[in-house]
Amino acid sequence: MQLYLPIADIPVNIFLLLAMGAAVGFVSGMFGIGGGFLMTPLLIFIGIAPAVAVASVASHIAASSFSGAISYWRRRAIDPTLALVLLSGGTIGTALGVWTFTLLRALGQLDLMIALSYVVLLTTVGGLMFWEGLRSMLRIRRGIAVPLRRSGSHGWIHGLPLKLRFKRSKIYLSVIPVIAVGLIIGFIGAIMGIGGGFILIPIMIYFLRVPTSTVIGTSMVLTLVTMTFATLLHAATNHLVDAVLALILMIGGVTGAQFGARAGQKIRGEHLRLLLGLLILAVGIRFAVELVIRPDDLFTIREAGGAA
Amino acid sequence: MSPRLLSAFALTVAFAAAVIATPVHAERLIVSVSNHRVTVTPNYSGEELVLFGSVEKDATAPTSHNNYDLVVTVMGPRADMVTRRKERKFGIWINTDYREFLQVPTYLALFSNRPFDAIASPEVERRQQLGLNNVLLTQRVGTDYADVVPNDAFRSAFVRLRSEHGLYREETSAVTFLTPTLFRTGIPLPAEVPIGTYTVEIKLFSEGALITRTETAFDIVKVGFEQFVATSARQDGLLYGAFTAFMALMTGWMASIVFRKD
Repeated sequence: MQLYLPIADIPVNIFLLLAMGAAVGFVSGMFGIGGGFLMTPLLIFIGIAPAVAVASVASHIAASSFSGAISYWRRRAIDPTLALVLLSGGTIGTALGVWTFTLLRALGQLDLMIALSYVVLLTTVGGLMFWEGLRSMLRIRRGIAVPLRRSGSHGWIHGLPLKLRFKRSKIYLSVIPVIAVGLIIGFIGAIMGIGGGFILIPIMIYFLRVPTSTVIGTSMVLTLVTMTFATLLHAATNHLVDAVLALILMIGGVTGAQFGARAGQKIRGEHLRLLLGLLILAVGIRFAVELVIRPDDLFTIREAGGAA
Repeated sequence: MSPRLLSAFALTVAFAAAVIATPVHAERLIVSVSNHRVTVTPNYSGEELVLFGSVEKDATAPTSHNNYDLVVTVMGPRADMVTRRKERKFGIWINTDYREFLQVPTYLALFSNRPFDAIASPEVERRQQLGLNNVLLTQRVGTDYADVVPNDAFRSAFVRLRSEHGLYREETSAVTFLTPTLFRTGIPLPAEVPIGTYTVEIKLFSEGALITRTETAFDIVKVGFEQFVATSARQDGLLYGAFTAFMALMTGWMASIVFRKD
């Protein structure tokens, strides 16, 4: 069934969108992430303008992270103090991100920057994750126990001033790196149309040493607020949020996530990281190939101020 | 000057005026489109309008005017567009050069009963803007405003890309004469047709010269929920964003209730 998307300005098959939402939702439920890094590229590949894809996916991620955050809140797996400090950086980062997005769009370099950010970020994070998963898998095969939280490394972070006690996470940490992390995630999230969970979670575990009991729930709160804020700003400044597109993706996404979460519990942790690493790497390489090969058409038309 | 001489002079002037005016008013075009208001609904996937018309001749029409040629130009609402060209820099393909097209039609279709060069001389073709190569597409070239030669790289890329989406078209066999004076042509409107007012200009040629012309118009409007979404997104961006964000939170909340495990 064809449905005309009012802002993206193209007709698409509603079942294709639902299936995409469900597939991405399945993956996001399985790995405990938002899935924006998969959804935005998929929308771009089916022909939706990158700017519309980024802006609309923000609201899709807001929906899936809200349902996740509620269930983590019930299990008391969210650290409210940590979430608040992250958010103070996150909201500023998001506003800066949307401002940069508008600027790049006026310069005609937005699509390039989106593609480049995907290449750099996804190949780096995907490669690291894949490598880390592979190493721990080999170590387990050889029978060596892997400590999840290494002690003693990155001591400089703990030498920073303005320390605060985060009670639920049971850590005593300077607010400077926490705000900085929030700022970076908010910024790249607004430009790339991702929640940033797949970067945020490793950073929180390895750099900030947030215990695994609160890491996912707290990162979801940051994603929820930055993405809700990004939806608002993208709608108010660039008029690019397609509510119809977003709603279909949300419905597919939240449903798929439930099945993904169940599947994820049956897979071993290091296998999961290996798979996720491969997936992220593949999307990054897909963007890189797109940039390097000669495009079919060297020319593009854009209505001054329009969506496509 | 005597009154007699004056009246004779007036008569001569009137006669001369009549002789000059006759070729212009001997033929008249009467046209109509099948639908003056096309509505784009959420499941709109393109449609075709039909333009009907006839050439009305009065007694003063020269008998030599038997083979008529007809050119129909359909123009959608105008907008500013930017065409960008990618170039290889540092091993990747990026947008470098660009041209701005100012107030050009978002939809442009030219239909005729036979090739334009068979209808009129190149000079008339250019003056009457017959064919995509002759339609005026104003570009901003530095500080100047001008149209460029038809084979300019940016102009031809612009026309080609619009044509690929069915938004610019040129068909020299689309107008059919049902009788020597009764004609029809289809106006195909693709799925991504821009909304707004469309003008249809019909020009009648005979023996390489323009005899008469007429105009009609139709509107393309978005209706229903879809139109509501599109206009509110443009006009009340913040409110629209707030609503979308609220919708997202409600969906997430509903999901957490529906799929609650405990």
